[in-house]
Amino acid sequence: MLKYFIRRCLSILPVLLVVSILVFLFVHLLPGDPARVVAGPDADEATINRIRTELGLDKSLPEQYLTYMGRLFRGDLGKSLSSKLPVAQEIALRFPPTLYLALTSLAWSIIIGILFGAYAAMHRGKWQDYTAMIVAVSGISMPQFWLGLLLMQLFAVHLGWLPVTGFTGKFKELILPSLTLGASVAAIIARFTLSSFLDVFQEEYINTARAKGLPERVVMWKHAFRNALIPVVTMVGLQFGFLLGGSVVVETVFAWPGLGRYMIESVSVRDYPVLQALLLLYSFQFVIINLLVDMLYAVINPEIRYK
Amino acid sequence: MIFWQKFKKQKSAVVAGIFILLLVFVAIFAPFIAPYDPYATDYSQAMMPPSPQHWAGTDIYGRDILTRIIYGTRISLSVGISSVTIGAIVGVTLGLISGFFGGFLDEIIMRSADVLFAFPGILLAIAVVAILGPGLVNVVAAVAIFSIPTFARIVRSNTLSIKESLYVRAARSMGASNNRIMFVHIMPGTLSSSIVYFTMRIGTSILTASSLSFLGLGAQPPSPEWGAMLAESRDYIGVADHLTVFPGIAIFLTVLAFNIFGDGLRAAFDPKLQ
Repeated sequence: MLKYFIRRCLSILPVLLVVSILVFLFVHLLPGDPARVVAGPDADEATINRIRTELGLDKSLPEQYLTYMGRLFRGDLGKSLSSKLPVAQEIALRFPPTLYLALTSLAWSIIIGILFGAYAAMHRGKWQDYTAMIVAVSGISMPQFWLGLLLMQLFAVHLGWLPVTGFTGKFKELILPSLTLGASVAAIIARFTLSSFLDVFQEEYINTARAKGLPERVVMWKHAFRNALIPVVTMVGLQFGFLLGGSVVVETVFAWPGLGRYMIESVSVRDYPVLQALLLLYSFQFVIINLLVDMLYAVINPEIRYK
Repeated sequence: MIFWQKFKKQKSAVVAGIFILLLVFVAIFAPFIAPYDPYATDYSQAMMPPSPQHWAGTDIYGRDILTRIIYGTRISLSVGISSVTIGAIVGVTLGLISGFFGGFLDEIIMRSADVLFAFPGILLAIAVVAILGPGLVNVVAAVAIFSIPTFARIVRSNTLSIKESLYVRAARSMGASNNRIMFVHIMPGTLSSSIVYFTMRIGTSILTASSLSFLGLGAQPPSPEWGAMLAESRDYIGVADHLTVFPGIAIFLTVLAFNIFGDGLRAAFDPKLQ
């Protein structure tokens, strides 16, 4: 088990390395002179030269990369061009709201997704199955920003039950954004749970359980449920990346003070140090979450770790 | 023909397929179908709710929303289809090469795919747009790039199994060149799963492109792109609800149709079902 964990941990290192190089190169891929880009459109020649030396842009690319990584390890992500504050500080401020939003969305969508999927599996071929799956495929096809606008229109503007936008730390404010963000994830999990259950129902031990006269309820919840959930765990992990991406859209709709909206803002004001840091953060998070999911998978499914 | 018989049984997929054909028709003949000019403003008619003259109402500049949605079909379909086609061509070729030659090339291609997978799709698109600048062409490039790795993986795994089959060995013993084996003998066998993914991917691409336009990174006003139309409506929530409703329905139904159609294709191609 430990050997598997170590091997798996080592396997992400090359990916992280290449990702960090790509994100580092990001500023160099931008059209024009990076120093000029960083300095902003109104900067004079002297400022640009100062910034060029300051950022080490006069050195060779590998040297620059090493300096960049060195600063990264010390937690120095550079300064925001628009606010002049350290990027790390700006990110730390916006991280909690995004985390709350992502976790709330994930929590409800896992529960609803698995219940819907299991329910559809129990009523295979009947109207409950079709209804659940129509809802699920609609959830996948629904643009998040549209769902958000509709929910906002109905529950916040017309009915006035919930706040329209913003986040000050109240649970009420989390409801609409997390419903919006979790909807498609819930739908994907439901579809996946259904097909996982249908696979498990083909197994011999299910036939045995049924043949020895166990009630369907026991077969379903005691024998099938746990085995059907194993592949769902992987799926849930993969969805986390989807949630991270979706948070960009949902945070913009609900004026959520998190990282996703910050990213869009920094694209529109061309705040490249912030963008660079956010890209790095998002992709590292994504890779590490996938690693954790793989490990969790090995814990619950012994077949994997003995391979 | 077995494929067609299996596909016909999926009633919802057939309906979705007809709907897609209808969309293509609307996109091609937009100027003949649309009742108004999509860019003509008329401030005396601004933000009118749906009426017999304007079935979907008018927007803040008095433009007919139905007309704009009809013209928007052109944008969404062409963005969806072109981006996935580019991604598919590159991805399928890389997957074939990777699976066929193996070894070092395979390592390089598959590890690059891993790296692309390390970025959640829409974030990669945002990064690409940040480099290239906002605009639809750049959105097509972004969506194409992140369609590549999945196509490559699907085709690679198919190639690995087909490579060992008897007919490929027979072709090789008759002196067929690598290119001929790859593109004439192996590629057709990988097509069914690529086609399923292709169809599903168009739906996702349309969603992503409209999200990017909504965020102000894709199509720019006054383009009648559906996501951009929704972005314009955002400030009038509660004042003019029809602004939000209709463009959203257009995106939703289009993506839904591609997803259901793709599901139907998968079921028809899958030998395990039925």
